[in-house]
Amino acid sequence: MNTLTGTGKLVRLILRRDRVLMPLWVLFLGLVPISYVTSINALFPTAAGRLGYADASAHNAGFVALYGRLFGSSLGELVAWRAGFLPVMVGLFSILTVIRHTRTEEEAGRRELLGSTVVGRHAGLAAALVATFGANLVLGALLAAGMIGQDLPAAGSVAFGVQLAATGWVYAAIAGVAAQLTSGAGSARGIAITALGAAYVFRVVGDISALGDGTLSWMSWLSPIGWVHRIHPYGGDQWWPVALAAGFTAVLALVAVALSGQRDVGAGLLPARLGPASAAPGLRSPLALAWRLHRGLLAGWVAGFAVLGVVLGYLAAGVGDLVRSSPQMTDVFARLGGATGLVDSYFAAMMSTFGLIAAGYAIQAALRLRNEETSGRAEPVLGTAAGRLRWAGSHLVFSILGPAAALAAAGLAMGLTHGLNTGDVGRQLPRVLAGAMAQLPAVWVLAAITVLLVGLLPRLAAVSWGALATCLLITMVGTALQFGQWVLDISPFTHVPHLPGGTATATPLVTLTAVAAVLAVAGLAGLRRRDIPTT
Amino acid sequence: MTEAIRTEGLVKTFGRTRALDGLDLAVRTGEVHGFLGPNGAGKTTTIRVLLGLMRADAGTARLLGGDPWADATALHRRLAYVPGDVTLWPNLSGGEVIDLLGRLRGGLDKRRRADLLERFDLDPRKKGRAYSKGNRQKVALIAALASDVELLLLDEPTSGLDPLMEEEFRQVIREEQRGGDRTVLLSSHILAEVEALCDRITIIRDGRAVETGTLTDMRHLTRTSIHAELVAPANGLSTLPGVHHLRAEDGQVRFDVDTDALDEALRQLIAVGVRSLVSQPPTLEELFLRHYDRTGAAGAGGAEVSR
Repeated sequence: MNTLTGTGKLVRLILRRDRVLMPLWVLFLGLVPISYVTSINALFPTAAGRLGYADASAHNAGFVALYGRLFGSSLGELVAWRAGFLPVMVGLFSILTVIRHTRTEEEAGRRELLGSTVVGRHAGLAAALVATFGANLVLGALLAAGMIGQDLPAAGSVAFGVQLAATGWVYAAIAGVAAQLTSGAGSARGIAITALGAAYVFRVVGDISALGDGTLSWMSWLSPIGWVHRIHPYGGDQWWPVALAAGFTAVLALVAVALSGQRDVGAGLLPARLGPASAAPGLRSPLALAWRLHRGLLAGWVAGFAVLGVVLGYLAAGVGDLVRSSPQMTDVFARLGGATGLVDSYFAAMMSTFGLIAAGYAIQAALRLRNEETSGRAEPVLGTAAGRLRWAGSHLVFSILGPAAALAAAGLAMGLTHGLNTGDVGRQLPRVLAGAMAQLPAVWVLAAITVLLVGLLPRLAAVSWGALATCLLITMVGTALQFGQWVLDISPFTHVPHLPGGTATATPLVTLTAVAAVLAVAGLAGLRRRDIPTT
Repeated sequence: MTEAIRTEGLVKTFGRTRALDGLDLAVRTGEVHGFLGPNGAGKTTTIRVLLGLMRADAGTARLLGGDPWADATALHRRLAYVPGDVTLWPNLSGGEVIDLLGRLRGGLDKRRRADLLERFDLDPRKKGRAYSKGNRQKVALIAALASDVELLLLDEPTSGLDPLMEEEFRQVIREEQRGGDRTVLLSSHILAEVEALCDRITIIRDGRAVETGTLTDMRHLTRTSIHAELVAPANGLSTLPGVHHLRAEDGQVRFDVDTDALDEALRQLIAVGVRSLVSQPPTLEELFLRHYDRTGAAGAGGAEVSR
């Protein structure tokens, strides 16, 4: 039996298990750029208009931070540039898919069951990689076909498709390595996502530096995201970054296989540490248990938001400089959603992104409840004197206050950095912080939707991710596709005041908080009445 | 208060499945009560209803004098539960879980905890993800046994334990029995364990109690196996009501007979002349298999004679 025997069958098993989730992210990420074609065409129908927009954007630190550097003004180049954040999303989904089918399987003991059948030693890892590589290839092909369908040049469209696919390959392989290192799926996921986050930050710092004196521009070269941006779809259609990414992927895949050959099933390469023989005096309540279960996640989110806040706050001053250097562009920015100041609208746009990401954390934390239930860990706790509401409440504290802490970290970091940059901490810090905290009620609505589902329709609890995807879709492409106002109103984030700069009104915030409270109470009432576990 | 647990006509359905179908169960205070049944018979569902984790669709349940659903929190201070399939938090050590569960119940006997750790040979410093199934089971067992409670609800507590540890478990339960102040509901598949430990037994099947009582009671209610060597063929036996599984060859005869027909069957044997006779009371295993066997149980009376 060779070490890859059974890979094909395992790939089919993965496709069967992911038959809903995988097509969803492949389709979503593959088709989103089509909406950019529509929106850029609508905003800048003429070549002159595009040129002006490109000229301004290429020097706008905020845009460069989010999307990368821009070198041309053709429709294709603008679309590919505008899709510059998608490689991060593709990388994220690839990581989640690979970890889910490698280390998670192993931790749950299912890998052992499969391993005892006619399946080679490396088949599990190989199948997860093959399935994810394939999904990314389909995503790239869909994207290329969609772009060609929009009458964009074929060569550039293929390069665009390959750009996303190659990112997916690199991060699938990185996840393959991470899965060999630790015995817990959570920490493996953490390692891979940290690598992705670091690549994003390196790319941002390098690209921003290139706008100025260029002393740190080499940092883009540390980042696989930076590499794939150098493909320049529709601009240069460079193929050497693809070769670089593919080669890196191959090396990582071989490293993963070698590492997996070095260890036992279930074990990690990093040694498992022993814990204390008895519990600390404080570990005596459901809340103390929840703190143990949530603290790693909370620390990760707060740290991630703080780092991102420092980077984005640092870039804000550059946004303002741009207006002073090219005053003729101000009306273009005003049309792009700007109201009073460009810097303010830059911050407001960042805040709404932070809000959406924080909602992901809120959902993740609330779903821990369901996770504890289905894994059988809720039962022993509920078999003690801890009541259901205390148990549920202990997890919801983290779903409610966790995003608050993360948003506060982002707001403080952005406000402080920008304030120090402009020498006006006293004014900037509270304004920017308020903008971040204003997102919170909308975040709570999504947390409350999750609680509602967990309480009343527990089998459909994961649908709460669909609610977030809907909000994301509305924010990303809602105005471009000219959805009706009532569609935009579905998303709680539509109702959040755009701060700093916009008018701060308490009414929507109070209303959103009230909606969240009602939904959460209904969910908790359902949880009190239903069977646990409901499987 | 002489009954720790009483359920009457308990019904619980999941979609189309009727997990409990009029279950009656009575557990007296201070006894070790065996709860036997094939997989899917409704043992775990019963225990979850008794814990107030699930609500019965019909019927009544009383636990330690309270309503298991309405008074769940108060009752849980007085009981400890070991689930059939123990999963632990991957990042908490076994010792932490034992302490946490004990404290959530309202207190833990430290000396007993140390004693049990030693007897079950468990390393409390390992993290949850590093334990084998048997060791996870030990964590939950120690947490339950070291708690100062009146009632233990144990759902197949020895699954995954090695024979040495199983023996240790029996020893611990016997000590509890001698103390006499704790009630134990022990759901199990291991007949020797139930036979060795339990004062009374309830056998459930398809969500119903099909047999309940002491082992002696049950034996009395059921059949005795007879193996006899006869002088001449005993023709009357095959038509005698209460005789089952009759086989006759070379002057030997084997059959099972209901207790109330035993007298008449022996009379018939003596009438033709007996050379030797072996009579065996049913083992628990036979009792058990008779109820487990889906085809047999429906017609536990007559139809099986032909085999």
